[in-house]
Amino acid sequence: MSISRRDFIKDHAALAVGATLTPLALQDLFAAPALTARVVQANLPSAKSGAEADHVLRALDRGMEALLQMPGKEAWAEIVSPRDIVGLKVSCLAGKYFSTHSSLVQAIITRLVSIGLKPGQIIIWDRLNMDLQGAGFTLNQNPQQALCYGNDAAGYSQALYEYQSACSRLSRIVTDHCTAIINLPVLKDHGIVGISAGLKNFFGAIDNPNKYHDSCGDPYVADVNMIPALRSKVRLTICDAITAQYEGGPPFMRQWNWPMRSLLLAKDMVALDRICWTIIENKRSENNLPTLRDAGRYPSYIHTAALRGLGTDDLQKIEVIDV
Amino acid sequence: MSASVLYDRREFMTCAAGGLCFLMAAPARTKAVHSAMKTDQLVEARYYEKLPNRKIKCLLCPRTCVIDDLERGYCGVRENRDGIYYTLVYGKPCTLHIDPIEKKPLFHFLPGSEALSIATAGCNVFCKFCQNWEISQSRPEQLPSLDLAPAKLVALTREKKCPVIAFTYNEPVVFTEYMYDIAEKARGVGVHTAMISNGYIQAKPLKDLCRVLSAVKIDLKAFSERFYKELVSGQLQPVLDSLILLKQEKIWFEIVYLVIPGQNDDPHELSSLCKWIYKELGPGVPLHFTRFYPQYRLTNVPATPLQTLQKARQIAQDAGLQFVYSGNVPGDPGENTYCSKCSELLIKRMGYAIAENRIKTGQCPKCRTPIPGVWK
Repeated sequence: MSISRRDFIKDHAALAVGATLTPLALQDLFAAPALTARVVQANLPSAKSGAEADHVLRALDRGMEALLQMPGKEAWAEIVSPRDIVGLKVSCLAGKYFSTHSSLVQAIITRLVSIGLKPGQIIIWDRLNMDLQGAGFTLNQNPQQALCYGNDAAGYSQALYEYQSACSRLSRIVTDHCTAIINLPVLKDHGIVGISAGLKNFFGAIDNPNKYHDSCGDPYVADVNMIPALRSKVRLTICDAITAQYEGGPPFMRQWNWPMRSLLLAKDMVALDRICWTIIENKRSENNLPTLRDAGRYPSYIHTAALRGLGTDDLQKIEVIDV
Repeated sequence: MSASVLYDRREFMTCAAGGLCFLMAAPARTKAVHSAMKTDQLVEARYYEKLPNRKIKCLLCPRTCVIDDLERGYCGVRENRDGIYYTLVYGKPCTLHIDPIEKKPLFHFLPGSEALSIATAGCNVFCKFCQNWEISQSRPEQLPSLDLAPAKLVALTREKKCPVIAFTYNEPVVFTEYMYDIAEKARGVGVHTAMISNGYIQAKPLKDLCRVLSAVKIDLKAFSERFYKELVSGQLQPVLDSLILLKQEKIWFEIVYLVIPGQNDDPHELSSLCKWIYKELGPGVPLHFTRFYPQYRLTNVPATPLQTLQKARQIAQDAGLQFVYSGNVPGDPGENTYCSKCSELLIKRMGYAIAENRIKTGQCPKCRTPIPGVWK
């Protein structure tokens, strides 16, 4: 059965308004009806372990429909066109136990192919080939399948890209290979910048992230994301929170990792990061850990990103939909 | 970019003009280096301490980076792998040239000698005016490099009859283990070594290096913390501390000050700098005021006017400093060395070339005043 965009919106209007809101945002949402950003938390069913492909695919579909307020195919077509070369920016630094799940990547590829992209128009990428392999991805340059390679294989731009505090060479995957980027970070605590989610994941798109860790990454994280050659291509962020980590990041630390079993979707990366921050803070509080401010790594770069105009970090303006 | 050497136009012209073209030795084959290097191929870093949860704290430079597992320090060339800190550039120079020692510049250290000069990727500061940013601000995996262990490098230096090995172009502090091992081996066979550095290093590793190096040149980038914060992403005080330590360790060193219009050329700042040098280091430390050309992120600032350099020299001389030079100004009289007592011309330079050297046994030939430096 096919449904039209109008029918979908009508049928799902109640969902958008009355959907289960995360407790942290509930009072804020009722206090401030002028919402400007939407973050969808798409939950996987409880399971003993793993990120089963069918569960992930269904969560992705629910998430996309709730985020774009339209049926799946139309939702994906809102994000990319069949002519795009789509980069899937995964997060693989932490290795096989704590990277973007391949089942999520595969689910996205399935949906992109369903709207007319060929597998060879999709590039799975991160900083290094070694990182991708370590996370369980298979390097691939054969366009019969989705491509997969790191910045070290693609190289970096000759040109410098600057935005205020940031001055970097961008991965050629960003500058030359892709026309659109879907950001697929992992939700985690970060030992220097507080949290690592959507914005921070693009440190993997530049050649000198080591230069940008002073002052808890503020304003560097924001400024890297403001570089037009990058910003203009980022269409969507799907944060892999199937497992997440509230302390000890960015490496995998089993004792602080928990099965959140969610995907967090947003077009507004700042809003998504703001919600991710709250999730991490809540989890830290539950576990009697100090706030990130008290831990000396307050993620103020998120607010700076909002000030730069990348999105909103005002919780009263962020609609959180739980599906 | 060449597989084994980084040329910019100016450097190429300099090398070509001086007949000092790039040297590539047979034993050192080019190959790309990736951080995918297996851990068992890496050399463990020195100067760090282990922290809980596989973190480490680097103790090499004043940043004292605390680094999580799988992350790198600010320099980009030292990586934490499972709680052990490794250097990614040991034995992996990305650049190899033979340069005149005057190019470093070292004017009181074996004048006219050739220095086999090497660099790796990486730097522990982030100068907006860096002239070698393509290597200093790169990570090892971005640059092709050579496979050149210390013993091989020293052998190559002797084969090419270079009396000096210079660690230069990028910041050698970031490859301190490699530098130390080379210097130690070189010293054993009578080859000198010189570190061309920003001086941004902790006392312990600097003291260790002083035991094996022959000379040091320090880029003192300004005499204000503001400049260091805004244009260098570093701090001034640790560099001053390093200079004092070099003096205490009795190693030969010279200072370069790149004069950038509107940024560090205030006469009061220059005067304070010169008075500090006189008081803390003594009047005999050579001070080079070099001319800035628009570079990297500072392309909106014009080249340093010659008058500014002349004024800086005058300020330094008025403060009592005895050996003050102009740099990046070929043909300027400020390139020459004059006797601090009788003003006799001692070394006449043309760019990086020595036109005449009249210093005999470290003395002025006219009045016999000792001239500080390493002359043979």
